[in-house]
Amino acid sequence: MPILGILASAITGNLVTNSYESIATVTVSTATPTISFTSIPATYTHLQLRGITRDARSVNVNTLNVRLGNGSIDTGNNYAAHTIDGDGGTATAAGTTSTSKMGFWIEPGASGTASAFGGFVIDILDYKNTNKYKTIRVLGGTDLNGSGNAHLCSGLWMSTSAVTNIEFLNNGDFNFVQYSTFALYGIKGA
Amino acid sequence: MAAGSTYTPIATTTLTATAGIITFSSIPSIYTDLILIVQGKFDVAGDLRYRLNNDTSTNYSFTILYGTGSSNGSARSSSVSSGIGDSYGNIDTTLGNSVQILQFLNYSNTTTYKTSLVRSNNASGGVDALVNLWRSTSAINQIDLAKNSSMSGTWQIGSTVTLYGIAAA
Repeated sequence: MPILGILASAITGNLVTNSYESIATVTVSTATPTISFTSIPATYTHLQLRGITRDARSVNVNTLNVRLGNGSIDTGNNYAAHTIDGDGGTATAAGTTSTSKMGFWIEPGASGTASAFGGFVIDILDYKNTNKYKTIRVLGGTDLNGSGNAHLCSGLWMSTSAVTNIEFLNNGDFNFVQYSTFALYGIKGA
Repeated sequence: MAAGSTYTPIATTTLTATAGIITFSSIPSIYTDLILIVQGKFDVAGDLRYRLNNDTSTNYSFTILYGTGSSNGSARSSSVSSGIGDSYGNIDTTLGNSVQILQFLNYSNTTTYKTSLVRSNNASGGVDALVNLWRSTSAINQIDLAKNSSMSGTWQIGSTVTLYGIAAA
């Protein structure tokens, strides 16, 4: 027997609904190789990025990457990343050090199942703290009905600067296709 | 940059009687993502499965990454009749042993297939990261939650599921 949910307005108690805010969203209308967020305010404690992506590379899947910066994007070899990845048959761990971007999670390429997009949820923790390097964590994945990967990733930006800029880019600098969406949120501390 | 508070509770179900299926229906299309947090108990341990918009066709597929505490691995199913919310981080017969968090990304758009990401955890079973694909461009307006691919079994009293909406600027 189906049980219907209770409307939130009927719930009594202390619902906290003002600590998670939408900051900005980019939805790709014309194919582009990079997506950027700039001038991110220092009014939150953590940032979260959520989205769906697909790129134009003529492969089944391609790798999505992210870079951070303060005032501009840091393109130096100041990043490290680790991942555990499941491809439907095997779990594989990998890592990189002193690279120019963080990325392991994949998205569909032009040869992947039409209309399928990969997804990601990225947390950038304590992003405005100027006393420590910045750590990100990623839940990501792409399923193409017969292929695809699920990922858990971490990344390190070896900078004590506050994060004010975020950039997404694909391996090979291929374009993000129409309907790819990137949404940035801020999470407040007490 | 625009800003606005979001992460809004849409509905919560806490069972006061056993049930075969927990349904969230008439989900409004005013958000960008949906998040479903499940803390459940089954009659017999099993996997959390879901159907969207009452679609019983084989339009679902998923890829699983799991760890059991002593091993890890990956698995997949293609062209099946329901999505999945856990593997080793499954729902068992004790409330509080497990939690599953399902994230339906861009659920209200009508141009792309729908991808969901899941993290599931069972204190005595394991942990999972999962990705699901629903091969439909329809906006999601209903989610049915049940046990195993047969969508049978019984949710037990005290099981709680909360649905949240996140709206992008």
